[in-house]
Amino acid sequence: MIRVLLPFHLRTLARVEGELLLDLAPPVTVGAVLDAVEARYPVLRGTIREHGTLKRRAFLRYFVCQADWSLQPPETLLPDEVINGREPFMIIGAIAGG
Amino acid sequence: MSAIRVLVGTKKGAFIFTADGRRQDWTVSGPHFAGWEIYHLKGSTADPNRIYASQSSGWFGQIIQRSDDGGLTWNTPGSSPEELQGPGGFPRGESNKFAYAGSVGTHMWYDGTQHPWEFKRVWHLEPSLTDPDTAYAGVEDAAIFKTTDGGKTWQELPGLRGSKGALWQPGAGGMAVHTILLDPKNAQRMYVAISAAGAFRTEDGGVTWKPINRGLKSPYQLPDPDAEVGHCVHRIALHPSRPDVLFMQKHWDVLRTDNAGDQWTEVSGNLPSDFGFPIDVHAHEPETIYVVPIKSDSEHYPPEGKLRVYRSRTGGQEWEPLTKGLPQKDCYVNVLRDAMAVDSLEPCGIYFGTTGGQVYCSADGGDSWQAIVRDLPAVYSVEVQTLS
Repeated sequence: MIRVLLPFHLRTLARVEGELLLDLAPPVTVGAVLDAVEARYPVLRGTIREHGTLKRRAFLRYFVCQADWSLQPPETLLPDEVINGREPFMIIGAIAGG
Repeated sequence: MSAIRVLVGTKKGAFIFTADGRRQDWTVSGPHFAGWEIYHLKGSTADPNRIYASQSSGWFGQIIQRSDDGGLTWNTPGSSPEELQGPGGFPRGESNKFAYAGSVGTHMWYDGTQHPWEFKRVWHLEPSLTDPDTAYAGVEDAAIFKTTDGGKTWQELPGLRGSKGALWQPGAGGMAVHTILLDPKNAQRMYVAISAAGAFRTEDGGVTWKPINRGLKSPYQLPDPDAEVGHCVHRIALHPSRPDVLFMQKHWDVLRTDNAGDQWTEVSGNLPSDFGFPIDVHAHEPETIYVVPIKSDSEHYPPEGKLRVYRSRTGGQEWEPLTKGLPQKDCYVNVLRDAMAVDSLEPCGIYFGTTGGQVYCSADGGDSWQAIVRDLPAVYSVEVQTLS
């Protein structure tokens, strides 16, 4: 079971608490996880990835096993730690700065 | 007894105030959508329980929220899996999707080159006067969208951008359709105003538009005194009984037209400054209008640190300051273009919100004011519903 951690405002918008749990068939890629999140919670379409282009929104980051995966292509396979649920796939709002 | 519902959009959420017709004791609910920017929310006159809200964030983009119970509960229309399934199994769009029609096209950029239109957010929502499922959205980069299914899907009316859109150039505050006025006597006529582009009118329900900026003067922004577009219109307003008469607060200058925008005349008169953002019309007196003078385009606060609403009972030119109950020293807030509204009770109520988080109400046409709240986040918009 894949664990996905959303930022606070997207959990509120999707009306979920805690982590999302997704059961995905292989290959489990960055894009497949995001597709599954948006399929289950359509209100999140356009909030993580832009409509149409599916490009990551500028001020969101993806973290996997303590590493920044934001720039990884969507077809990148996720590591076993995420696939077996030991580590979450984290979607994080970038710091605001200022 | 009548009741009042005030809808307030702020930098950090939406708030709803309610009171009976005396407008003295207010109940405040919120923040709704806490932490999100709420540029605007507005109720339908056809069904006052139907309220649309624009919720946005630099991180997460644009969301449209809708309430069908007067703001008690909210939903994102068009975002359930069932609603997304169109004929043949293909997706048919989401409520928060604003895609420009056809070829995106370009507008003028700061360096004189052309720049593609890029959707940023919904600034203003204007529900139809007759159908609660129909509403218009004014967006940045400037365009107008329409929904006929209660906000599930939105389609652009691209004729607006076809009205010399290639010449429009954003100002420092962005380039947005911030005002949409519906003519209550002619369902085919609408007006919009766009910062740094001007005012526009349609006579065919939004298919085609024409600039209506003759008589506006912007000598330091527009070298061409006859420029049809490029004027920084901050707000326009009308009285429902006389939709051919419009009042305008421009970047500088307060103006009026008596022929639906074909020709404008300056009516700044004795205002201490004719720079400002909102302008509104008394509910029962079509020649009584309100503005909030701001010191200058470089100093967005009231002259002399005195927060004064100015009222003209003569449709402009002759103005009187309204100060009772408003701070008359050390006040350096701004009042944004969508942050003033009127109710339709007798006497007429006037409301406005400030960037300092105060929302003021006058239950006597502006003669005296009380603060409903004082410590909200910066107020972006104020709308009022008069409920029977």
